[in-house]
Amino acid sequence: MTTLKSTLKEETRKIVTEVLETYPEKAQKKRAKHLNVYDEGKADCGVKSNIKSIPGVMTTRGCAYAGSKGVVWGPVKDMIHLSHGPVGCGYYSWSGRRNYYVGITGVNTFGTMQFTSDFQERDVVFGGDKKLAKLLVEASELFPLAKGITIQSECPVGLIGDDIEAVAKRVSKEIGKPVVPVRCEGFRGVSQSLGHHIANDTVRDWVLPIADKKAKEGSLNFEPGPYDVALIGDYNIGGDAWSSRILLEEMGLRVVTQFSGDGTWNEMLLAPRVKLNLIHCYRSMNYICRHMEEAYGIPWLEFNFFGPTQIAKSLRAIAQRFDETIQAKAEQVIAKYKPQSEAIIAKYRPRLEGKRVMLMVGGLRPRHVIPAFRELGMEVIATGYEFGHGDDYKRTTQYIDDGTLIYDDVSGYEFEEFAKRLKPDLIASGIKEKYVFQKMALPFRQMHSWDYSGPYHGYDGFAVFARDMDLALNSPTWDLVKAPWKS
Amino acid sequence: MPQDIQDIKDHARLFQDPEYQALLQCKQTFEDLPSPEEVARVAEWTKSWEYREKNFQREALTINPAKACQPLGAIFAAVGFEGTLPFVHGSQGCVAYFRTHLTRHFKEPFSAVSTSMTEDAAVFGGLKNLIEGLENAYALYKPKMIAVCTTCMAEVIGDDLGAFITTARNEGVISRDFPVPYAHTPSFVGSHITGYDNMLKAILSTLTEPVGRTGSNGYINVIPGFDTYMGNLREIKRIFGLFGIPLTLLADNSDYLDSPNDGTFHMYPGGTPLEVAAQCLNAEATFSFQRYTTPKTLEFLAEASGRPTLTARPVGIRGTDEFLMQLSQLTGKPIPAELEIERGRAVDAFTDSQAWIHGKRVALYGDPDLVMGLLSLLLELGAEPIHVVVTNSNEEFEAEARALLASSPYGQGATVWGGKDLWHLRSLMFTEPVDLLIGNSYGKYLWRDTGTPLVRIGYPIFDRHHLHRYPTYGYVGALNLLNWIVNTILDEADRRSIIPGKTDISFDLIR
Repeated sequence: MTTLKSTLKEETRKIVTEVLETYPEKAQKKRAKHLNVYDEGKADCGVKSNIKSIPGVMTTRGCAYAGSKGVVWGPVKDMIHLSHGPVGCGYYSWSGRRNYYVGITGVNTFGTMQFTSDFQERDVVFGGDKKLAKLLVEASELFPLAKGITIQSECPVGLIGDDIEAVAKRVSKEIGKPVVPVRCEGFRGVSQSLGHHIANDTVRDWVLPIADKKAKEGSLNFEPGPYDVALIGDYNIGGDAWSSRILLEEMGLRVVTQFSGDGTWNEMLLAPRVKLNLIHCYRSMNYICRHMEEAYGIPWLEFNFFGPTQIAKSLRAIAQRFDETIQAKAEQVIAKYKPQSEAIIAKYRPRLEGKRVMLMVGGLRPRHVIPAFRELGMEVIATGYEFGHGDDYKRTTQYIDDGTLIYDDVSGYEFEEFAKRLKPDLIASGIKEKYVFQKMALPFRQMHSWDYSGPYHGYDGFAVFARDMDLALNSPTWDLVKAPWKS
Repeated sequence: MPQDIQDIKDHARLFQDPEYQALLQCKQTFEDLPSPEEVARVAEWTKSWEYREKNFQREALTINPAKACQPLGAIFAAVGFEGTLPFVHGSQGCVAYFRTHLTRHFKEPFSAVSTSMTEDAAVFGGLKNLIEGLENAYALYKPKMIAVCTTCMAEVIGDDLGAFITTARNEGVISRDFPVPYAHTPSFVGSHITGYDNMLKAILSTLTEPVGRTGSNGYINVIPGFDTYMGNLREIKRIFGLFGIPLTLLADNSDYLDSPNDGTFHMYPGGTPLEVAAQCLNAEATFSFQRYTTPKTLEFLAEASGRPTLTARPVGIRGTDEFLMQLSQLTGKPIPAELEIERGRAVDAFTDSQAWIHGKRVALYGDPDLVMGLLSLLLELGAEPIHVVVTNSNEEFEAEARALLASSPYGQGATVWGGKDLWHLRSLMFTEPVDLLIGNSYGKYLWRDTGTPLVRIGYPIFDRHHLHRYPTYGYVGALNLLNWIVNTILDEADRRSIIPGKTDISFDLIR
């Protein structure tokens, strides 16, 4: 067995070397550092990460704007998020992530709308600050129930040297609402990851001081309780945060803040008042958790709500931070859902057993979903992050097997070549990759958007996840690809 | 227990379960959203004339615009050529967005690369990125042509593409005869249709340069424009085939964006062959089907070829009639009998369905040429356009649209709202309601808010499958448009007469 395993590992290493050969020398040298075959027992995956993508390849990465507007700020539902600059960034990110929310859009919530300053040439030449000041007032008048406005900067804003902070401060006083300037221009950093960090910093600098002031004045209108927690880093894609929240509430915790999926301005203000921050997407939100730990002494805990084993493990770890009442309830929750999960596995495992999966996504998913696949009898043979950092790759080691192929910021070319050679049964990645692989007659699921399905988090989400993997893999349409008269 | 193994509920039903409804109620305690009364009051206010006036006073804020930015159009044009890799110089997030947007509409792969410029390039310029990028793209993706366009970042810092590409050639990264057309496509000028024009002109001027004019070869060029109906491109080819006229489609991305699944990923399916495109100055004439999308390309072709350039919109019966007559006159070939039969069938269908459409008040929005075609079709059906919103409009378009509307008794109630967005349209639809809305998928928010049935026509269409595979041009296309419109109206008639014992007296079987 060991010999077979090491032979396979050697073969995978050979594949990596072969795939690299097509690159020009300089690019080959750079890309080689981002690809590796995992050796069990090592403390990280042995790949470099969070480094500039090489020019001229098809990277799947986005930009800082995407990280801030699309992920951290955009889902805060009762605020207006202005795409400040030319029309494109706002247009392409309009309603793109399925961050579900409850509200009357255009009246008290604004999640699926596109607000833009639609920069024209004159704005670039003369600066956009005047226009910005004017449109913030227009927005506040047309949407009186909006709780505030964020300014999501696009590339030209930073390049022409606009002072959006000054405009934000001035207009905020004028309209009597918070205006948060976010310097998330797309050229900053190497991916959307810096946008997450920048957005977190604006929460620290522009939101929490208001929360502190209100707490001091006693105008927060909030009675703290012993079991208050914040659910952080869940963007409620297909309702994920809700199928997570229900478990936390069932175990007796009080979820005070959902940040940012389906979140509100007020929930953000309440965040520093909780007893524990629970973070699902470490990559995008660890910064604010660390800050709250330092500034408010609030501990934080990472958890994983994909698949029953990880859910149970996480529920127990969370309960450990509280008293016996909560611990007992956590056990009840685990027991309650056990038959449901067992039924799902009993139904779907026989259909999925032994299937091999290649993953490539962002955030937490390249590692967190692996146990969910495993519970269905599937094996993840390769994984990697769009925009992970060293700490993500360290955390990944807890989830992967010896010999797993790791690719950081994989290029379109590499991904295709790896798929051709490793011949997985399923690829789980994003929309840009989906049809490339489907043309290869390879079953595919989008793991950014759950392929318009979901939720995938929590016990209820696991049922949907299992159903979806089955329908992707076992669709009879794959058997139609080859014409019967072609041997 | 919400999940039943025999009937697993996803988001569409799961969150309607009492457990989740209770959860959402509980969450409200912390949300501090305004009271339901306050929300209802403001919601009503947003439907009023007062709100409409305030909304139209906006000068700086744009809300839900019906336009995208230049590079999207540029890369859409680029993939219409054989073996062509779109190469976007600037910040990398843009390409991720373009590829995502196009892929979501077509449900097809879309390959494009970026030079991934970051802070250092913002300071020192993107020359290094461009040179390295060309070298890598060439090695990995083995294109026959690389079509370079910019993002707003590269434009703001003033990168000079022409000089950069020359430097790349001098450094031997790409050979001297390898075609690298380039276009400056700042996102703060024009829209996606401007980018289409800039790129197409760049490609044609690059490819024709070594060939030039050698005399007529009997071909007719057709420029589709930012036309996202791949069925249209196939229909154009079929019509020319029936005429027996040799055709060059300039930027034929029909196979690229509607490719067969044969179990292999082909990076560059189809496309206008480069040597064919290089001959375009020797064609008899050039048709553009999108006048406002292609002004610079047409000007280039007119000057460089010295041959006629014509515009046509083969939408609806009249639009198709006019185009076929233009084509027949130009080539001296008679209109094929088969097309006349198709015309008869389409007219038959129009007369069969007109009663359901006649007098219906319609709001529509989209790119200028798309809207012109739809207006023409609606008027010949007896529908009444009311609100016509074109975010990326210009004065010439507005004058043409007004003239068309003025020419028909059914166009008298229409207003052309150039430069306005879908939030303006929302106010228009609340204060002056219509029976039908025509536009892309973003219109579903207007459908929800106003209850006006939506016919999805245009780009992008994310939430309905396969519409782009059908033609909207020619008599066959007229039939498709009619089908989508009349059956949406009939669906609405059914929906409105569905309540048993109350509205279902007119829940008719036969319509």
